[in-house]
Amino acid sequence: MSVEFKPNIICFACNWCSYTGADMAGTSRMKYPATIRIIRVPCSGRVNPTFVMKAYQKGADGVLIAGCHPGDCHYNSGNYFAKRRFLLATRFMTFLGIDEKRLRMEWISAAEGVKFARVMREFSETISKLGPNLRAREEA
Amino acid sequence: MKKIGVFVCWCGLNISSTVDVEKASEELKNYPGVFYADDYKYLCSDPGQELIKKTIVDNKLEGIVVAACSPNMHESTFRAAAEAAGLNPYRVEITNIREQASWVHSNKEDATAKAIQLIKSTVEKVKKSEDLFPQQIPLTKKVLVIGGGISGMTVALEVAEAGYPVILVEKEPQIGGNMAKLSETFPTLDCASCILTPKTAEVGRHSNITLMTNSEVIESTGYFGNFTVKVKRKPTFVDWKKCIGCMLCQEKCPKKTNSDFEHGMGKRKAISVAFPQAIPYRPIISEKECIYFKTGKCKICVKVCPVDCIEFEQEEKIIEENIGAIVVASGYDLLPKEELGEYGQGKYADVIDGMQFERIASASGPTEGVIKRPSDGKIPKSIVFIQCAGSRDNQKGRPYCSKICCMYTAKHAMLYKHQVHDGEATIFYMDIRAGGKGYEEFVQRAIEDDHVLYLRGRVARVYEEDGRLVVLGVDTLSGEQVRIEADLVVLATAVIPSIGAKALGQTLKVGTDTYGFFNEAHPKLKPVESMTKGVFLAGCAQAPRDIPETVSQATGAAAKVITMFSKNHLVSDPQVAKVNEKICVGCLLCKPICPYKAIEPEIVEVRVGCRAEKRQVATINKGLCQGCGACSVACRSGAMNLSGFSNEQILEELKSLCL
Ligand SMILES: Cc1cc2nc3c(=O)[nH]c(=O)nc-3n(C[C@H](O)[C@H](O)[C@H](O)COP(=O)(O)OP(=O)(O)OC[C@H]3O[C@@H](n4cnc5c(N)ncnc54)[C@H](O)[C@@H]3O)c2cc1C
Ligand code: SF4
Ligand code: SF4
Ligand code: FES
Repeated sequence: MSVEFKPNIICFACNWCSYTGADMAGTSRMKYPATIRIIRVPCSGRVNPTFVMKAYQKGADGVLIAGCHPGDCHYNSGNYFAKRRFLLATRFMTFLGIDEKRLRMEWISAAEGVKFARVMREFSETISKLGPNLRAREEA
Repeated sequence: MKKIGVFVCWCGLNISSTVDVEKASEELKNYPGVFYADDYKYLCSDPGQELIKKTIVDNKLEGIVVAACSPNMHESTFRAAAEAAGLNPYRVEITNIREQASWVHSNKEDATAKAIQLIKSTVEKVKKSEDLFPQQIPLTKKVLVIGGGISGMTVALEVAEAGYPVILVEKEPQIGGNMAKLSETFPTLDCASCILTPKTAEVGRHSNITLMTNSEVIESTGYFGNFTVKVKRKPTFVDWKKCIGCMLCQEKCPKKTNSDFEHGMGKRKAISVAFPQAIPYRPIISEKECIYFKTGKCKICVKVCPVDCIEFEQEEKIIEENIGAIVVASGYDLLPKEELGEYGQGKYADVIDGMQFERIASASGPTEGVIKRPSDGKIPKSIVFIQCAGSRDNQKGRPYCSKICCMYTAKHAMLYKHQVHDGEATIFYMDIRAGGKGYEEFVQRAIEDDHVLYLRGRVARVYEEDGRLVVLGVDTLSGEQVRIEADLVVLATAVIPSIGAKALGQTLKVGTDTYGFFNEAHPKLKPVESMTKGVFLAGCAQAPRDIPETVSQATGAAAKVITMFSKNHLVSDPQVAKVNEKICVGCLLCKPICPYKAIEPEIVEVRVGCRAEKRQVATINKGLCQGCGACSVACRSGAMNLSGFSNEQILEELKSLCL
């Protein structure tokens, strides 16, 4: 039997809402798989699609971009940019043959600890089912 | 390679019970670039911070990682400690191994492995950190207050009393706002003008306040501490400096028309002052109605004016002012009755709104305080009050509660009953919301002492039958249909943002919500700040509220301005965008992306080889930039970066996490 696949998932979380939502999940002691690693960014609009591509190249199996709900971005419009870039990135992924389910975008507010944990569980499951991302991975 | 220190916190048992902190610090000791690593019970405690400081100094550390709770908790604590030890605070980064590891995972092995990986990635980030220095920004200690209602006046007086100059811009010819139109005020029933007039007078004569009435702000540029605004001063057609306020012109003017101040309940002249206590007490000619403007003849005012101050040829003036802070206090309006089909859409003279009732109940109003109905001037024997007219109504797009109507309707019914003892006052309500000091008691007084009849239910229709108004509704408590014949119907129409609030928001680059109320920076912790630095909010411009709450909030906004002005310059967060001029091609793709308009082109001299060359590049206004980083993504040449969250830092973090 092969070793159990433990996915490696990167989550970009905006400082004002989603990162604080993750804090909320923590203070409420909600559980989610240890497969997720969060990178704090000031705003989801800070996430460059090249970061996402780089993640797949370097061995990430899934990438999640989490920002404030529409209308709630601390900088007003960052999450709208993020959404557009996200759509662009998914198209590019299909082009490269990476399953677009490996990229997900979510609006998670600072109060939504429950949602944060739920999304992490769901996404971790999706990626586990998809298996390791071998397609874009750079050979070391 | 930089000398980096790693501190792993136990947080008592909070972290250490699920993350093997000793193993983590042991493993980090051998990580490339790490010069020192240790774990400690409570790093945020005083001895914990002392340990960090001493270690930085003893080992001459060039960067540190504190693996502890969320940076939202103690990033500033640890950065301050490092700064005290001589390390640039922006060389301190936090790894969140509590909220993101020990508290959300149960398997100790997994949680420890994850924590170690997170710490390593932060070490990688710190390797790419740079010294950052807050910038000093000059500050103009002068405030612009927009709106001269009770909120704007409160701000103006507080800031002026603290010794700073204030410009108060009001679009109407006089200050006072909606409060000046009120009769008596809940919950004490003291007369509104008795408490307002001393305030307006003080604003009018305060040496630190420059009053600009009949004026509007049409442009605002710059950034916090350093705004430049343009104010349009509309013509009054009277030289207010010369005018002595005798009001002979108003007396003799032959043209009568409906008064906006009286909300259609009373008349005024074509040259008039809104009300006898108005500040400034100076008349203005309404171009729309003035006979001279229409026909070229009349000029009676010119003839009677003893000081020769009528100026038909006066034109609007644009004034430019430099200021440091702005307070938006533009207040509210009421939802027009015309939008309420079920209540007659404004076609019945005796269906009026709350503000119209205030005018006919006001001692200085058109009826001298005798409550008479508008159609024929008769004293109504029965009045029906309808609360929530347009508020809490999803279909009308106003699901919010207007907050003040429950109280003022109780007040209206009481005022009526105090005048017409045998009159019938009926109130249709959805709920009675009387939260406030003395408020519930006030409503109880209306019910028990003044015998006001409260019926719970929505009114389906108001219509006219045989010359009488009929109110048809359901009493939801008894389940019965109710039909009441009324002489007067008073609608507590929804409080809406003042007309033009959205446009004002656009001028000032301050956001408004779906209804047009100004957005606060944080619903709980920053209720008087707007999203735009240096712009504050007061009163009903932000949300419906009554006078006591308006005054407290306005005082809060004033305190914010005074705090800002208490310093000699402002300090900006250095975690902002920066342009690498060497590779910027000056395409300005980044410019439209910035929500704060912080990016401008600039011509610079760049050295290309041994030649100096002039070309266009993007520059960042560090006072305006809020550090969102959106521009850095838009830049195709990789010239735009964000200090504190740079491309290099994020990529290193990312690479390390992907291993
Ligand atoms: C019928 C009724 C009865 C009420 N009775 C009571 C009561 O008994 N007790 C109580 O506590 N509260 C009462 N209130 C509430 C009270 O009126 C408000 O709380 C208070 O007036 C809010 O003050 P404000 O300064 O925020 O707004 P406002 O009074 O609306 O003042 C805003 C000012 O800004 C000006 N303005 C608007 N836009 C611009 C612009 N773009 N440029 C320049 N100037 C601008 C307006 O002309 C106005 O002068 C009542 C309200 C109503 C509707
Ligand atoms: S920073 Fe980038 S996007 Fe902005 S002008 Fe320079 S090259 Fe263009
Ligand atoms: S970081 Fe954000 S606020 Fe700053 S210049 Fe770039 S887009 Fe504007
Ligand atoms: S700050 Fe959260 S998405 Fe912009």
